Amino acid sequence: MTTLRDVKVGESCTVAALTGTGALKRRIMDMGLTKGTRVHVRKVAPLGDPVELTVRGYELSIRKDEAASIEVTGVAQGE
Amino acid sequence: MAETMIGLAGNPNCGKTTLFNELTGSNGYVGNWPGVTVEKKQATWRTDKSVTFVDLPGIYSLSPYTPEEVVSRDYIVEERPDAVINLVDATNLERNLYLTTQLLEAGRPVVVGLNMCDLLKERGDVIDVAALSERLGVPVVQVSALRNTNLDELVKKAVAAGQAGRVQPGAKCFSPEVEEALEKISQIVSDCCDANLVRWYSVKVFERDSEAVKQLHLSSAQLNQAEKVIKAVEKSRDDDAESIITSDRYDWIAETMGACVKKAPKKLSMSERIDKVVTSRVLGLPIFVAVMFVVYYIAVSTVGDWGTVWANDEVFGEGWELFGMAIPSIPAVVEGWLTAAGASDMVSSLVLDGIVGGVGSVLGFIPQMLVLFMMLAFLEDCGYMSRVAFVMDRLFRRFGLSGKSFIPFLISSGCGVPGVMATKTIENEKDRRMTAMLTTMIPCGAKTPIIALVMGVLVGGADAWWVAPMFYFLGLAAIVVSALMLKKTRMFAGEPAPFVMELPDYHLPALKSWWLHVWERISAYLKKAATIIFAACVIVWFLSSFGFASWEGGDGSFGFLASLPGAPEYSADYSLLAIVAGAISWIFAPLGADSWQATAASINALIAKENLVSTFGTIFGLGEATEGDPVMWQAFAAMFTDGAGVMHAGAMCAFVAFNMLDAPCFAAIGTIRRQMDSPKWFWFAIGYQCVFAWCVGLIINQLWELFVLGNFGFWTVVAFVLLAGMIFQIIRPMPKTEREDEKILAQLA
Repeated sequence: MTTLRDVKVGESCTVAALTGTGALKRRIMDMGLTKGTRVHVRKVAPLGDPVELTVRGYELSIRKDEAASIEVTGVAQGE
Repeated sequence: MAETMIGLAGNPNCGKTTLFNELTGSNGYVGNWPGVTVEKKQATWRTDKSVTFVDLPGIYSLSPYTPEEVVSRDYIVEERPDAVINLVDATNLERNLYLTTQLLEAGRPVVVGLNMCDLLKERGDVIDVAALSERLGVPVVQVSALRNTNLDELVKKAVAAGQAGRVQPGAKCFSPEVEEALEKISQIVSDCCDANLVRWYSVKVFERDSEAVKQLHLSSAQLNQAEKVIKAVEKSRDDDAESIITSDRYDWIAETMGACVKKAPKKLSMSERIDKVVTSRVLGLPIFVAVMFVVYYIAVSTVGDWGTVWANDEVFGEGWELFGMAIPSIPAVVEGWLTAAGASDMVSSLVLDGIVGGVGSVLGFIPQMLVLFMMLAFLEDCGYMSRVAFVMDRLFRRFGLSGKSFIPFLISSGCGVPGVMATKTIENEKDRRMTAMLTTMIPCGAKTPIIALVMGVLVGGADAWWVAPMFYFLGLAAIVVSALMLKKTRMFAGEPAPFVMELPDYHLPALKSWWLHVWERISAYLKKAATIIFAACVIVWFLSSFGFASWEGGDGSFGFLASLPGAPEYSADYSLLAIVAGAISWIFAPLGADSWQATAASINALIAKENLVSTFGTIFGLGEATEGDPVMWQAFAAMFTDGAGVMHAGAMCAFVAFNMLDAPCFAAIGTIRRQMDSPKWFWFAIGYQCVFAWCVGLIINQLWELFVLGNFGFWTVVAFVLLAGMIFQIIRPMPKTEREDEKILAQLA
């Protein structure tokens, strides 16, 4: 299964499922990353982690480890 | 009119602080919520003092997972304010409405303030306010917190809603299947709670929010019944209940956005253009270093330092000049008054040495803090602070700290007081506490005389570039080691804090709210100086100036030393401080620094770290000798030289290391106390600092004794045991936390 971690900078994808649990999962959902949401990977931090996403019209930063708990589909180039 | 209590709720960065300041003029009380390091602000309305606002922390949701969210929901649900104003950032409506849908259910009348509509207009987007109000079922008022437009109308609507006491039914934002299930659950919970909270608790039971369910005291039969309903929906949706609720909310919001908002075609905004450069892979780090250098340069080495020197050496020292006019220093003025009033020596000493000297050395940091807070508030308000975390996270996460810990550490190299205060910008509570505990281990400006003294003894004033960096390295190493060890203690263990953080748009902060932001912190510090620090200074003054006349020819009577008959010029040897220090100096025997003078100096250093050196000056009878004087070096070295003339450099390093790492000065201790706002955490922090410093000193001294002087003894063994214990604590696996224990128990049951 592809996760958000594998999506490259400049690509977009759709959230399919969240595999995390507890506080982390709830936090990710609270920030708007729910099933069916379109996400654009905007950039990666200078030290290689975390990544910056555009979701629901705003910028969100998330660690790669946490991105790995988000399964995605429909990966495509562009916003 | 009756008293009205209004809670202000909203996402971080929605302009809530600006709104609060505009409404109240920031005239109120600033403290923490009980038991957590989350800030609580409360103040009355400028226009009508019978209206009180409580500024809730900026939150994204009402989940039970972060202290900010728990504090907010407990306040609304349990303390029942008359109304809640939900400030919403119109430029980021979709995510902001997510909190709104939850606030609508919390059983209090809600009024929505739509902020930043001016920015929205620039963008070309249009919001149909009437339609939005209808869909939410509550009044929606367009405001600008920054330009103070429509704020009075917003408050009036909220006051009216509070007086009417009618609570909105809440948006029907869930899918039909879930609404049906909630209906069933509401029948179960309706007897157990207030009628206004049925919807709230129904959703919470459905989400399996254990904190909220606990408050209901449901019977196990009722719980089973609810569980059946939840399971059925989970099965048909093939997802867990919490996710279903969240997804449905966002789906309903997306629908609302479609119905109420007309979006203009998207252009690259100014903020995005700035961010393209500022956090880019290539320029991100150099820009970060440059920004930090500017902050450090202005706040610590130039403007801030001039301020401190002016305040400490001139206003509280020798007096100063303004346009050629000599202005006497505060101590000189006070001394004049005291003489004119015919005060006794004892009163003069209390006022001058104890109060003006002690509190003055604390107040001396005000100009520097002012400069620093202005810069920090600017970085925070303009949006760069979250980019700092974005850029530095990877490095600091390894030590169980947050990327934002970098700023307190950097500032602490100037002064620990603003350093500890700067931890306020860290969102995660564990990270915030850990950073506040450790940040004063970085050598601050007041510790440099101690470094200079050691340098003098070791290399006799030669230009030894490596001595000073060695102490900064010691501080950094102490922080890293401590962080790695503490991370695995019960108090800090647990799942690593999720780093899911908004990167808000950049904007230029408004001058007024910027200044209020700065003033709030400075005034909190001033209050501390007037209370705790004042008391501590008086106590230390009492200890060091009172004692028994036990010198040759003395009659053994107790009193103010300087006025006892026949007192020698340096009477410190007979003070209570000498007695207390002598009684506890055995603690420092394993460090090789068990003379009472060393202990007394460490106690005096609590007033201000630079006192360590001046205390030696007094005790050795060297008067005003400074750290640069060879006499001072000799006297200091003599203290660590035994009868056989062997210099114990290890003991000296141990003593200095202890004083670098132990509890900081009273000003910083007071700040830690305020930041933690919990006696348990405060004493844990101070206790840890002292014990850790003692262990480090012991290890340094004993290893030096063993490897350089070839002495082996009981304490050498202790040193190795401590060293091994530290290494074990660092490399051992993360202990299981209570939450995981619960999970395991649940699986077994």
